[in-house]
Formats: sequence, structure tokens, C-alpha cells
Amino acid sequence: MPVVAAEAKQTSPAAAVRSNVLLGLLPFVLIVAVYLFASHERLADNPQDKLLPSLAQMAEAIDRYALQPDPQSGQYVLAADTWASLKRIALGAGSAALAGLLAGLNMGLIARAKTLFSPFLVFLSMVPPLAILPILFIALGVDELSKVALIFLGVFPVIARDIQLTAERIPREQIVKALTLGASSADVIYGLVLPQVLPRLIDAVRLSLGGAWLFLIAAEAIASTEGLGYRIFLVRRYLSMDVILPYVFWITMLGFAADWLLRQFIARRFRWYAAVGA
Amino acid sequence: MSAGAAPGGRLLHLEDVYKAYGEKLVLENIDLSVSAGTLCSVVGPSGCGKSTLFRLILGQEEATSGRVFVDGRQVARPGPDRGIVYQRYSLYPHLTVLDNVMLGRTLAAGLFERVRLRHEHRDEARHFLERTGLAEHAAKYPHELSGGMQQRVAIAQALVKRPKILMMDEPFGALDPETRENMQVYLLELWEAERMTIFFVTHDMEEAIYLGTRVVVLSQHYTDDRGRGPGVRRGARVVGDYALPSAVNSTRVKKTAEFIALAEEIRRIGFDPDVLRHVTEFNLQHPDSFQTLEPEEARAARARS
Repeated sequence: MPVVAAEAKQTSPAAAVRSNVLLGLLPFVLIVAVYLFASHERLADNPQDKLLPSLAQMAEAIDRYALQPDPQSGQYVLAADTWASLKRIALGAGSAALAGLLAGLNMGLIARAKTLFSPFLVFLSMVPPLAILPILFIALGVDELSKVALIFLGVFPVIARDIQLTAERIPREQIVKALTLGASSADVIYGLVLPQVLPRLIDAVRLSLGGAWLFLIAAEAIASTEGLGYRIFLVRRYLSMDVILPYVFWITMLGFAADWLLRQFIARRFRWYAAVGA
Repeated sequence: MSAGAAPGGRLLHLEDVYKAYGEKLVLENIDLSVSAGTLCSVVGPSGCGKSTLFRLILGQEEATSGRVFVDGRQVARPGPDRGIVYQRYSLYPHLTVLDNVMLGRTLAAGLFERVRLRHEHRDEARHFLERTGLAEHAAKYPHELSGGMQQRVAIAQALVKRPKILMMDEPFGALDPETRENMQVYLLELWEAERMTIFFVTHDMEEAIYLGTRVVVLSQHYTDDRGRGPGVRRGARVVGDYALPSAVNSTRVKKTAEFIALAEEIRRIGFDPDVLRHVTEFNLQHPDSFQTLEPEEARAARARS
């Protein structure tokens, strides 16, 4: 459309960026405005309404959960919940990444390993992790282990398959070349292929974090004594939307931060990765 | 023939080598012997099995029958006595130029030595980069270099191991014509300075003749006593083998009448599917050249001469 093109030409790059940011913010502004309006209306109608708390009510809840120690336990509830949840997700996703890396590398490079594990891995990736959560609770108890195991089982097959495909894409020439430079098989796998799949591994972890949060919150909702998911499902009984909404926002921010940090790490540590695009 | 005695005493020796993939015969009765110090270019129409021959010499694949010797030892798997430069993927994208060149050294050392000798290797690689005019690029990653520069690094990387043969498979095939000529001159100068043995596979006639002190023509376009029946499976053979004067010539030599005439002849015997010479009529004039024939064919050849 010529009109649009002419408009675009006239704006400076800085102005274009500014208008893009404004445009991107618009849906956020809209939804907040709609919420505030609806909340105001409902509260005007019935001051006891709990469904759409006002900003002041949420601020009061944040103060209670985040900034004041709990009168019974003496803990800051939000901090304790965050710490418990992050520990579980780090353990689960971290162990899945490590195991997925080793399994994927060996399946991608050694034909025997692929024949041995590939069908099983395909099977494992088809099992819905939430469906075996009861089994995990029965077998491993309702403590930390079963929650970490759930995240592991949900994330591991995805990462292992991703790494396997990445390792298989490494050109055969590179491996033959390594042999002529005096490399052993272990050198090839752990010295030359592993460093090349490492950024892809971090990417795979980053992309599977969404799933990891899902499994975490599901496990915490069912059996737990602390954790972000536990808290949300606990206060749900009292219809405490003033707590649930800030918690959801906080979880979203955590996910956002983790994603951003991992992307920054890849960009800084693996400068070649973006250019080569493994 | 025992593996210990290098047949013919040559650096590279192939005798009666066949390679088939299932029903498809790719290489047929390859006889090839290359002396040390030769810059041997191998030319042939695309799909004639040049790269298959390359992989057999590397030991990446095994001959269906016949044997391949490098320096008197039968080839079993890729090893440090044969360095490689490919058209692509010779360099490791996650390593800097310096680390790519150092790789041959670091891999040779044990795990603890790698850490201990790090500085020593670094100095050596840097020295090597200086000699090859790449020092200023030491800290860059391969993707930050031009295609020509990447290939220079790949050559340096292979030469660090001091291989007995430098194996090159279409190394300049992805470069633009000007860079390609520069690289040809560069390779010739390097070859003259180091007196290496180079096995250079290409489909570019001019490149093969310009570089080679010997040009081997590999082709499936030939005939023999089996005739042209539909059931005859025929793989590529060495149909021509030429000795050429060795010198770093200006690339202008490609325009001379001699050069053009030779290119014309090779194109006819190797690349033209309608020109079929009998196995006994191949032009094998290089002194290292030899040919093993079926008894029938040998009789016919004797009768002819």
C-alpha cells in the first residue's frame, strides 16, 4: 500500500521504535483498564466482592505476603514459596538437561545407542507426565523427589530428542576431519560435538521451561506445604483473588526473567551460535 | 603382497580397487600409484566416483575389493597421516581461528597435557598463522571470515599435523572465480615451499591442469571386451594419466595453446559420453602409471603394440 510506505518513510527510526513500543503496550493498557473498570463497578455494587479486587486490595495482599513475615512461621511467604518452587524446577529441568544431553549425544553419534534407546524414548515421550503423577506419588512419596521426577519425566524426552537431532546434523566431514587430526571417539563426542550442541541445549531448556512450570504447579497443587503453585491453590479456597492475581503475575515474571537470562547467556557465551544457527 | 612392502615404493598405492554400493558399481579396477612430492589432481565428470575414491583413501569407506596403501600401510580408518580440506565444513564453527588451527596439537596431547601445554601450542599455532598470513584473524570465528580465508585456515589446520598426504576434495569449489584463482596460486606456492604430496579432487578441468604436476582422469565413459550390452555394469576407471611440468605459473598459462589443447583432450576422453576408448587404449603416460588388465585384454594390448 503506497500510503503506508510513504508514512513509514517520513518517520525517523527512533520514532518508529517508539511507536512500535506504544503499539505493543496497547493491549496491556486495554486489559488493565477493562479490569479496573469492572473491578470498580463490582466493588461499588458490593464492597465485600472478592472476585475482582481493587489495586489497593492487591497491594495490601502483596504487603502481607511479600513484605511482612508470617506471624506464625516468621517467614516471608512469597520468598519462601519462590525459593521452594525455583529449587524444584531447577533440579528437575537441570537433571533433565544433563541426562538429555548425554542420551541425545550418544544416540545422535553412535548407531548402536540409537537402536537401543530410540524406541523407548519415543514411547516415553508419548506418556502424558501428569497421568503418571499418582504413580510417582505412590512410588516416591509426596516429598520433593516426586515433584522433581515429574518435571524430569516431562522435560527429559524433549531435550534428549532435540539434542539427538542436533548431533545428527553435525556434518560427517567434521568427524572424519577430527579423526585425521588425531581425535579419539571420546574427543569427537565430548570435545567437538558437545561444545557445539551446548547452546542448542540451553535453547531447548529455555523452550521447555513452560512445560516445566506446568508440571511443577500441578504437583504442588496436589501435595505440598509450600511453593507458588501450592499457595495459589491454597488461597483459592477463600476466593482470595487479591493473592492469586499477584502470584500469577509473579510466576509470569519469573518465567520471563529465566527466558531472558538464558537468551542473554547464549548471545554472550556462544557468539558463533546465532550466526551459524545450529 | 604383504602390507609391509610398499608396492612400487610409492607413497600412495591402489591396486585392483573396486567399489560397489549394492548393485551399483562405482569404481572399477582402479590402479593408481602416487610418488611423494606429487601434486596429483584427479578430474572427472560429476558423479564418476571421485569423492568415493577420496573416501576410500581416507579409510572412511572400505573398498569392495582391492587394497589401498599409504606409505606401505594398508588404510583402515581416517588417521593423522592423511590431512583433509573439504569444500565446506572443514572448520569447527564453535572454535576461533587460532583454536581451529591448534586442534591437531591439543588433540594429540593427553588430558592434563592439554592444560599444561596450552601456551606452547598457542605460540606454535600463532607462529603458523603468521607464516600463512592469517595472524590478524586469530581471534575470529570461521563465520567471520571470507570463503577464501576460511579455506586458508582449513589448510593451515590440516598442515599442523604434518600429514604425509594432504587430501583436498573440491576445496575451492564454493569460491568466486577471482578468489579461486588466488587460492590456486596460494596452494602452488605452499606446495613448492613445503614440497608436500597433495591429492586434489576437482571437477574443474582448468584447475586440475593448472595445479597438477600430474593429472589423473577418472571416467565411466570407456569400453572394453564386454561391449555395450545392457547387462554390463561398468564403474569409473583411470582413463588418462598425464605428467605435467611443475612450476608456479601465472594464471595466464591457462590461455596458452598447449594448455587449451590438453584440456580439450581430457574433456574428450573423460567427459564426452560418446567417445569411448577401449581399456587398452587409455593414455597413461605418467611414469608412475600402471594398469592391471584382464588376461584377454592384456593379450589384445600386446597384439596392438
